Amino acid sequence: MSTSSAPVFVARDLTKVYTMGDVQVHALRGVDFDLSAGEFVVLLGPSGSGKSTLLNILGGLDVPTSGSVIYRDHDLTAAGEAALTEYRRDHVGFVFQFYNLIPSLTARENVALVTEIAASPMTPEEALGLVELGDRLDHFPAQLSGGEQQRVAIARAIAKRPEVLLCDEPTGALDITTGVVVLDALTHVNRTLGTATVVITHNAAIAGLADRVIRLADGRVVSIAHNARKVEARSLSW
Amino acid sequence: MVRPPFRLRALTRKLLRDVWEMKSQALAIAVVVAAGVTMFVTYLSNFDSLVRTLSQYYERQQFADVFAGATRAPAPLAARIGAIPGVVTVDTRVVADVTLDVTGLDEPANARLISLPAAGAPALNRVLLRRGAWPDPSRPDDVVASEVFCEAHGFGPGDRVAAVLNGRRRELTIVGVGISPEYVYSIRPGDLFPDNRRFGVFWMQRAALAAAFDMEGGFNDVSLQLAAGASSDDVVARLDRLLEPYGGRGAYTRALQVSAWTLENELTQLRMFGLVTPAIFLSVAAFILHIALTRALALQRGQIAALKALGYGNGALAWHYVQWALVIAAAGALAGIAGGAWLGARMAELYNVFFRFPMLDYRVSTGVALWSLAGSLSVAAAGALAAVRRAVSVPPADAMRPDAPARYRLSLVERLGVARRLPQAARMVLRTLERQPVRALLSMLGIAAAGAVLVIGLSFIDVMDVLIDEQFVQAMRQDVTVTFVGPRSADAVQAAARLPGVIAVEPQRIVPVRLRAGAHHRTLAITGLMPDASLQRVVARSGAVVTLPPAGLVLSKVLGEVLGVAAGGTVRVEVLEGARPVFDVPVAALVDDSMGVQAYMARDALHALLHEGRTVSSTALMVDPAAIDRLSLTLKALPAVAGVAVREATLRNFRQTMAEHMNLIIAFNVGFAAIIAFGVVYNAARVSLSERSRELASLRVLGFTRDEIGRILLGELAVLTVLSLPVGAVLGYGLGRFIMTIFNNEVYRLPFAITAQSIAWSWLTVVSAAALSSVAVRRRLDGLDLVAVLKSRE
Ligand SMILES: Nc1ncnc2c1ncn2[C@@H]1O[C@H](COP(=O)(O)OP(=O)(O)O)[C@@H](O)[C@H]1O
Ligand SMILES: [Mg+2]
Repeated sequence: MSTSSAPVFVARDLTKVYTMGDVQVHALRGVDFDLSAGEFVVLLGPSGSGKSTLLNILGGLDVPTSGSVIYRDHDLTAAGEAALTEYRRDHVGFVFQFYNLIPSLTARENVALVTEIAASPMTPEEALGLVELGDRLDHFPAQLSGGEQQRVAIARAIAKRPEVLLCDEPTGALDITTGVVVLDALTHVNRTLGTATVVITHNAAIAGLADRVIRLADGRVVSIAHNARKVEARSLSW
Repeated sequence: MVRPPFRLRALTRKLLRDVWEMKSQALAIAVVVAAGVTMFVTYLSNFDSLVRTLSQYYERQQFADVFAGATRAPAPLAARIGAIPGVVTVDTRVVADVTLDVTGLDEPANARLISLPAAGAPALNRVLLRRGAWPDPSRPDDVVASEVFCEAHGFGPGDRVAAVLNGRRRELTIVGVGISPEYVYSIRPGDLFPDNRRFGVFWMQRAALAAAFDMEGGFNDVSLQLAAGASSDDVVARLDRLLEPYGGRGAYTRALQVSAWTLENELTQLRMFGLVTPAIFLSVAAFILHIALTRALALQRGQIAALKALGYGNGALAWHYVQWALVIAAAGALAGIAGGAWLGARMAELYNVFFRFPMLDYRVSTGVALWSLAGSLSVAAAGALAAVRRAVSVPPADAMRPDAPARYRLSLVERLGVARRLPQAARMVLRTLERQPVRALLSMLGIAAAGAVLVIGLSFIDVMDVLIDEQFVQAMRQDVTVTFVGPRSADAVQAAARLPGVIAVEPQRIVPVRLRAGAHHRTLAITGLMPDASLQRVVARSGAVVTLPPAGLVLSKVLGEVLGVAAGGTVRVEVLEGARPVFDVPVAALVDDSMGVQAYMARDALHALLHEGRTVSSTALMVDPAAIDRLSLTLKALPAVAGVAVREATLRNFRQTMAEHMNLIIAFNVGFAAIIAFGVVYNAARVSLSERSRELASLRVLGFTRDEIGRILLGELAVLTVLSLPVGAVLGYGLGRFIMTIFNNEVYRLPFAITAQSIAWSWLTVVSAAALSSVAVRRRLDGLDLVAVLKSRE
């Protein structure tokens, strides 16, 4: 399956330099990146290759040192703090490696955090239903397994019906079986809602799920591969 | 967006659950807020209640605006006084000070007799009858006695008191018990402190009183009510001119009337206290709120980053976290208002010891309650804001990253090489303290604030001791002071020397005057003493005995300030007795004593000024202690004696009354300081515990015992507590001095004093409060779930 036409992101020549005292870390050294509507992209690469940095810039969590990022008609490079907050609130869903659920809120309330501030959200119950947690609505994070917590995080990310879903090693803290359930939830959302999705991993086995696989190394894109046939999450093993 | 009704927003739920999670810390902070608000409400509501009660009382009982005394003025003068522009009402009276022989009291007491009109209520200064009846016109010895005097003796209608009226002994019958706006604060003229057993006010029928003092067809006291907007200065000047030929002793306005003036000073003090003390408490609350919140927010770093990544802006998050502080402060403030309602009522009862109103209806003022709520909330918000602003500035990308390990380094003590052999626990304590020096400093200052509050509270006891020492050991060394009815010749001194048990006699000359300097004036008395007096002396606060110069006046520093004169200046002395001469007299020196407004002069200089012989008004006596009872009995019967003050009795009364008052105040202070100390230490301990539970749990897994990890955690607090002790003492000393300058007014000039013993008590209390909170934290530490702590990713 090839990518659809309208681009969601167009990023050109992104660089990111972290300065820590006298040391300069070049996290990104000129990266071009495009994402089309409904596309599912996997970012692969060894630790420290700049994957998270790229994802954070796309998500409006961070700004590049140079280069440009255009999200539809928003120029993220020119946006200020308030504009970025609004961008995140309205258009992006995040899934973090360590879930980052609010421990004092139940599953339903964690999702409500987002639905309360989004423009046209689904209900928390609907969102949790999509990740098959309809029966865990009133559980606190501490009462859920790692995989369940990550699925709550996905529900929280998709409840606003975002145009893009950005996931940083969503299965990094999970075992195989649980990881598969989480990935299944992500592909399910991608397929049913048409949400453009970027998933970071350093696990090459996950690459089979993607329309496109981008490999980073040392802050550069080293290869882009298109999958002719996507595999089902349930058939993955690693 | 459709949201079901009455569902709390998710962020609000988070707020409530987070605050509940840290409930014991929140409670400790709320209690400190509550303590401050309790004081604020107690003092300021009492202030409001007193102001309200007084103005109603003054108005209802027609309290006069201007007062004057004279030797004897003819009755028709009243009409001329009434014609002074601005005067609305004139009331003339006969007033006389007499000695009483009260059964059960060894030494003579004093009473002020005030005339009641033959029929109806007086036009001004109306007496409120509390019990019994008005005097029967057919019984000249009937009196209405002041309530405080009756209470002090257990007297009621039907009881009898013997009095010496103009040299004749009379048995007076108390038929009623009353109070008056003129004697809300009832003190014997010349005394420092009210003594209700030895001074009373009696209201007697005018005919009877006038007959006893040859005042038929005349008066010796006049009160005026002025029209709104009338110039009291003008009226006072004209009244003085009218009374001058009749021995007028100088008119004065209500502002200078002893009772009203004392109350006014008391009110000013109350308000100052009501503002200063709570300010200290609320700053401490802001302090610990800041520390607690900084830590709680550090724990929430990941959550904050995630919320930002989800699209919550800085403003929304800052408000969310500031609400934590507001919830805690609001809870504290509400508890404080309730506390103030209760404690304020107790304090209002205390006022009954010194002041007597028809009814002091204590109410928590709405304004005060609202101010205290607003004050607590803003202080809490201020304390929270810095912590919150720092916390919400985390970059949202942090939600993606695991926490970096905290940065430690060798502590200074270790780097200096002094402590290479320190035990492991001690090293960890030192490194933690040094890693966050600002927080350690804040915690230490918080505990020091508790120490300071205690030092201030306990210093009141020391101040009283110093005052007693200054007054009764340094200045008034005589055992008995005898005041004569009017000035006497030098023979009276010889007579006094022959009284039973008298060892030494020092004559004194007291002259009523009005002192003027520029636009300022005060009516008081010049005390003429022997320059080398060894009984009644003038002693400065420094302890230096002042030798009165051969000429010129020595004024107390307060009086110098009131009149705006310094040493070397001149004051106009208008003598208010005899031929009423007027002189300009140089001020030789100002003396910084504890006595309020005072003027002294060498006795011979005073005689020379007045062109008189060795006239005496009173004498100071040194008496053989064994003979004091015999002396008292003799004095009771002497017609020439107007007043007798026995030092032992005065001192006993002073101590007793002060004790009643001080014990409550000290209990407040100690209680509140303990609360602060507990709050700060407990909070600091909880912060360390939450910050280091992982580390401590790991140590437990490695085989450390509970005692050992307890020592690491609590060692830190022990160090902070010990460091806070000297700081608290210094802080308390400084604040105490400051509060004392507020406390001081024209009535007293209190020295500030604090003894080593009080410091020791303050330390003991702080250490105990710290120990108590350590126990509480230690119990929590023992309950630490190792597995849960180690599993959780923080
Ligand atoms: N906040 C930061 N400060 C300094 N260096 C950083 C920061 N974030 C990332 N880096 C550095 O940038 C490089 C890329 O990091 P990252 O994008 O997190 O890699 P990845 O996600 O591929 O493992 C790494 O060398 C990392 O150490
Ligand atoms: Mg990464």
